[in-house]
Amino acid sequence: MKDFEQWGSFQGRLWKEEVNVRDFIQNNYTEYTGDESFLEGTTDATDKLWGRLQELFKEARAKGGVLDMDTEIVSTITSHAPGYLCEEDKTLEKIVGLQTDKPLKRAFMPFGGIRMAEQSCETYGYTPSPELHKIFTEYHTTHSDAVFSVYTPEIKAARHSHILTGLPDTYGRGRIVGDYRRVALYGIDFLIEKKQEDLANCGDGTMLDEVIRQREELAMQIKALKQMKVMAQSYGYDISAPAKNAKEAVQWLYFGYLAAIKTQNGAAMSVGRVSTFLDIYIDRDLKNGSLTEKEAQELIDHFVMKLRMVKFARIPSYNELFSGDPVWATLEVGGLGSDGRSMVTKNDYRFLHTLENMGPAPEPNLTILYSKRLPTNFRKYAAHISIVTSSVQYENDDIMRPVWGDDYSICCCVSATQTGKEMQFFGARANLAKCLLYAINGGVDELEKTQVAPAYAPITSEYLDYDEVMKKYDVMLDWLVDLYVNCLNLIQYMHDKYYYEAAELALIDTNVRRTFATGIAGFSHVIDSLSAIKYAKVKTIRDENGIVVDYEVEGDFPRYGNDDDRADEIGVWLLDTFIKKVKKHHTYRNAEPTTSILTITSNVVYGKKTGSTPNGRKAGEPLSPGANPAYGAEQNGLVASLNSVAKIPYVWALDGISNTQTINPGAIGHTEEEQVDNLVSVMDGYFAQGAHHLNVNVFGTEKLIDAMEHPEKEEYANFTIRVSGYAVKFIDLTKEQQRDVIARTCHDRM
Amino acid sequence: MVKGYVHSVESFGSVDGPGVRYIIFLSGCPMRCQFCHNPDTWKMDEGKEYSADELLSKAVRYKPYWGDNGGITVSGGEPLLQIDFLLDLFKKAKAMGINTCIDTSGSPFTKEEPYYSKFTELMKYTDLVMLDIKHIDPEGHKILTKRPNDNILEMARTLSDMGIKMWIRHVLVPERNDKDEYLIKLRQFIDTLKTVEKVEVLPYHTLGVHKWQTLGIPYELEGIDPPTKERVQNARNILGA
Repeated sequence: MKDFEQWGSFQGRLWKEEVNVRDFIQNNYTEYTGDESFLEGTTDATDKLWGRLQELFKEARAKGGVLDMDTEIVSTITSHAPGYLCEEDKTLEKIVGLQTDKPLKRAFMPFGGIRMAEQSCETYGYTPSPELHKIFTEYHTTHSDAVFSVYTPEIKAARHSHILTGLPDTYGRGRIVGDYRRVALYGIDFLIEKKQEDLANCGDGTMLDEVIRQREELAMQIKALKQMKVMAQSYGYDISAPAKNAKEAVQWLYFGYLAAIKTQNGAAMSVGRVSTFLDIYIDRDLKNGSLTEKEAQELIDHFVMKLRMVKFARIPSYNELFSGDPVWATLEVGGLGSDGRSMVTKNDYRFLHTLENMGPAPEPNLTILYSKRLPTNFRKYAAHISIVTSSVQYENDDIMRPVWGDDYSICCCVSATQTGKEMQFFGARANLAKCLLYAINGGVDELEKTQVAPAYAPITSEYLDYDEVMKKYDVMLDWLVDLYVNCLNLIQYMHDKYYYEAAELALIDTNVRRTFATGIAGFSHVIDSLSAIKYAKVKTIRDENGIVVDYEVEGDFPRYGNDDDRADEIGVWLLDTFIKKVKKHHTYRNAEPTTSILTITSNVVYGKKTGSTPNGRKAGEPLSPGANPAYGAEQNGLVASLNSVAKIPYVWALDGISNTQTINPGAIGHTEEEQVDNLVSVMDGYFAQGAHHLNVNVFGTEKLIDAMEHPEKEEYANFTIRVSGYAVKFIDLTKEQQRDVIARTCHDRM
Repeated sequence: MVKGYVHSVESFGSVDGPGVRYIIFLSGCPMRCQFCHNPDTWKMDEGKEYSADELLSKAVRYKPYWGDNGGITVSGGEPLLQIDFLLDLFKKAKAMGINTCIDTSGSPFTKEEPYYSKFTELMKYTDLVMLDIKHIDPEGHKILTKRPNDNILEMARTLSDMGIKMWIRHVLVPERNDKDEYLIKLRQFIDTLKTVEKVEVLPYHTLGVHKWQTLGIPYELEGIDPPTKERVQNARNILGA
């Protein structure tokens, strides 16, 4: 059994025998049930640094969003000299470390795909080094090149028509959360030792494919761990041993995360469940008098400031998909332990309080693991933060804990993953609304007018017959799911081979469990379309070649979002059908298939590529995001809409079901106290019914319109809104997306 | 079985009574308030007919959201116009353990029989009455609502004597009831009541004006803007809201 002197009085045994952060937390954290009155404001250093960062944000915006870019150096863990937010006075930053040598300077990351790395430079007026071009085209294969070299014509056609969409084939798949806490608790040397043990015990000497691969991956992980030490050393820290106090714990943990974001530009780069863990260190320092509450808050403020600075070089089409420049530096607070104790600590308050100390912000993507059994004070404080900042999201701990245990992290916007035990193969989405149109048109794309899916017999009648449509839809879904899973298999294969996440996986158990995350787009439109066909009369409008290009609905029909079982049951059926079909297929590395209903702002782009649907949605109009009901469908108020979404079984969509709701402040209570109580009641009621996720925005439509028209106003510089699964600065959205957000239902009955 | 004429329902009401509530808007109102934001609820026969059981089975779907203090609120229109239905609804709601609240102008109230007996019976099943006093001055009340206010004030006193919890609501309308002397008089009246838990000042707003236009009714408050923040605060100070 190890016993580092840095551990001092920490309790427990198992976590000293093996790498087991969960066991450490459960043995050492102090539950907090009090209110927020202990919280402290900012220090002078925080004010100075945050002021400086806001200037930089402003400068970046003036330059079209990007302040500076690297064109010469390929980003690795050790590629850059240390960088500081405030070069003049480096002592101001309690937590140090930047992705490159300068704040907000975006790194050059070609391993996912050289073309995307170059395009992103060129978009903002930078010229990438021709030497690097040569290296990454002639000498080295990138993930993207490898994927495209093995794509079949059928996959390419499906990708082109966007029935498969948002695939991680030109950028990092992301969504792998290293257990960055391990760096603080154990120090790098112990972690290397453990990985070396794994390497020694890997296989029996028979060199099968998987043994060879495992050995190589372990070697890469050990190399990454060694590089983390070098990187930390450049900032003047030796992280080979465990952290001895709170400041070091935050710093060590951040170095682990920094290694990940220096090497991977994944769509989501979560920080994980770090709040309760760090509180143990802070609490110890507070008790022994080496830290004050003000200093504790400063540490968290500075850490969060760093997370607010994480940026990647992106191309315009990527930004259209995931607007507002997100990185999903998701970080969780709250949740319950398996023993029934709340895991809320003072630190969970401190993280939320950063939104008051430094104003609202989209990153880190603060997520509250919600349960009615969390302390009332904490639920109220979270609701207060929602009302004031619209910057946090809620996920149902009571339905996730039985599946993922009590030490899971959120690995992207809403998907859970066991910290340090699991990795996810992110697989974007299949557009099931478009698939329905293919079923009707016999595999001909309704916009491109080309044959994309197999030429099954199309529907030729003037009015759609429900049974006929369902039969054809089932067959078309079979085709789509088969193609989708196989496409993902080859993407994940190549990502492992050419863009392996060594830094993150070095901080995850060697015997890692893998999930295979598929996704659904167009959910609500399929439900309403099928409901229209079933309960009303839907007439087809055909072009000169007989392809159905539009629909006329005669009569009314139940719509998803009104707590009407007739419609909602179609949604349950759709999810069940889809995931069952996915599960029939072989998945890469025998990963466990899951699915999600959580399109991000990509709903706008997906909608553009989807023809008119039988529910009355016109060609090109946005799909509704995530599991949200279609625009204008909700006729019975907020909680009726919530009830519809709550009916979707989480266990069939373990990768997440996102829901975004906007409430006018005037409609949720007259006073702040009433507003807080009512929001808590809404959350309690929604999650008690087994719902998974809720984004809460509290503001009126007028504010959005004003912000769209006057983005220059100071008050809108940090105006943050929640969109499906994440938060964005509203003024960073494209005009089109801003209009889309405004068009969505704002629950505002007065 | 008596049926109710329902204008509409709202699954998420959080400004009409304590907590999160299911709001049932009944059709029909005897008042013609100049500031009314729901003139589409004036006529009773335009509502949809529901039995109490039908409405309650819809309402209980939202019970998980009600927490400790939410429930149902019957508003309108004027709910006391359909007192027979309301009695049936609240009796059954109480049997199901649902918190009940009436949002009323008090206009149909009378001590005459058989109404008064029914009213007394109804109060057995009512947890809270939100009484909207539109204007304390009898003449001003007539101008604003086309109806007298003596029976409304009498209802307030009756509820007070019965020990029924009350919230007094007051829609603040510039150039009509937003004068300090009226507000002070209203406060003095409230002081005579024993069961008032809360006073709410609701600033007049113009969000319902388009409904008047749709219905083709001339809008009499044309040109009157919502009260300023200062005046709202002033009213809250005087009324102790």
